[in-house]
Amino acid sequence: MELSSELQNLNPTIYECTEERTLQESDLNNDVPDNIDCREVFDLIRTINDPEHPLTLEELHVVDLEGVTIDNEANTVQVQFRPTIPHCSMATLIGLSIRAKLIYTLPTRYKVGVNIYEGAHIQEVQINKQLNDKERVTAALENKHLCAVVNRCIATPDD
Amino acid sequence: MMMGELIELQTLEASDDRVWCVAWNPTGTLLASCGSDKIIRIWGREGERNWVCKSTLSDGHTRSIRSVAWSYCGNRIASAGFDAKVSIWERQGQEFVLQTTLEGHENEVKDVAFSRSGLYLSTCGRDKSVWIWEYNEEENDFACAAVLTTHTQDVKHLKWHPQKDVLVSCSYDNTIKMFIEDNNDWSCVCSLDSHTSTVWSCDFDATGKRLVSCSDDKTVKIWHAYEKNNQEGIRSPNGVYPVWKCVCSISGYHKQPIYDVNWCPLTGLIATASGDNSIRIFREEESKQRDVPPSFSLIASNAHAHSQDVNRIAFNPKEPGLIASCSDDGTVKLWRIEQKLM
Repeated sequence: MELSSELQNLNPTIYECTEERTLQESDLNNDVPDNIDCREVFDLIRTINDPEHPLTLEELHVVDLEGVTIDNEANTVQVQFRPTIPHCSMATLIGLSIRAKLIYTLPTRYKVGVNIYEGAHIQEVQINKQLNDKERVTAALENKHLCAVVNRCIATPDD
Repeated sequence: MMMGELIELQTLEASDDRVWCVAWNPTGTLLASCGSDKIIRIWGREGERNWVCKSTLSDGHTRSIRSVAWSYCGNRIASAGFDAKVSIWERQGQEFVLQTTLEGHENEVKDVAFSRSGLYLSTCGRDKSVWIWEYNEEENDFACAAVLTTHTQDVKHLKWHPQKDVLVSCSYDNTIKMFIEDNNDWSCVCSLDSHTSTVWSCDFDATGKRLVSCSDDKTVKIWHAYEKNNQEGIRSPNGVYPVWKCVCSISGYHKQPIYDVNWCPLTGLIATASGDNSIRIFREEESKQRDVPPSFSLIASNAHAHSQDVNRIAFNPKEPGLIASCSDDGTVKLWRIEQKLM
């Protein structure tokens, strides 16, 4: 994965963010069973930074709540994302950042799938295959240079 | 009807990190494991049943060790690393010592395998190539004999034929390819095309006339070799080498990619390791009729064999029904499969 110095999308559209989740009384009650839901998974990925703009994936509408599905019975999480432009060379890096964030934060029992929204990229089939090959993802995240870039994307201002 | 029971014998806490591979030595007395912690562990029996770590081999790789293989004499271990290196370890007394490092691959080496004849070692990796290294007994070293670039993508797995110097490779390009040497020249003699996604692994049966493969497409396929002038009248395109046809596809069982498949030479059972945390055991249905495609039935499974993806599965080569598996959960497990008539 090569990073080019030119901006891929010079003038991206900026979208409004969703409101913060409001705490329910039951959220603080340890006696109430509380499965991880779509909104919680979305909260983990919506603050990921775009590799080239000082904006989050949510602000660029790369991720949205509708693109997240979770099945707690089967322990599967599926995330769909939408590159800002259909020939975006950053698409793999963005997908890798989403995957890395979820691998690092979700309990290990979850099987994570990350895919491009159908029709949102000219190379979606190839990119999806690469993003869901755990051997290649592991090797990529062992690569110091790439790992540093991914970590910059997934770091939040609080870190 | 034949059914089976998969009994868990022991869990070995092998690592804090992912265990990528387990491999039995040819006499079935030692098991090697390796993974993301860059250490190879050799496990052996202590007493009747208990398996313990006998030794650890470190400092061979600077990144994850993807796979480990034994030579057929049992005196050599080869390991393939994401650091683009292949390390050769040699037995000295009770220990294994790093003897040499083979370099040449551009990046991650994914698999390594010794030929049955002891003449060759093969390696493959992310750079899409398969390398064949020839063993030189006088110099006790390996020299590159061929670099095969037939695959168009990442090469995941290698397997040598149980009797001949025929090499099989599985790839991210969805194909399986076979290579042989002819007039000092290694070349691809056939391509097995049927899987619709990455082929993660394959294994021959004891005769070497059939092959089983497994894939990211969640299916297992059985391939049969039709020799030239076969009775079935299937023509080999080049008229010399056997042609391989997919004769059976096992689908609907696995919910996630199948990372490994093993065909037991002693019992004929097929075991699979899957990303759905399961181990499944298949047995061929006996058929009295000739010319009927083979069919396999699931005789035993454990949906929670490990708490994460199962990466490899290996039948012990000498003890029928003894199985080792390894997983992203950091453990190596030993199992016994018992077959019974229901």
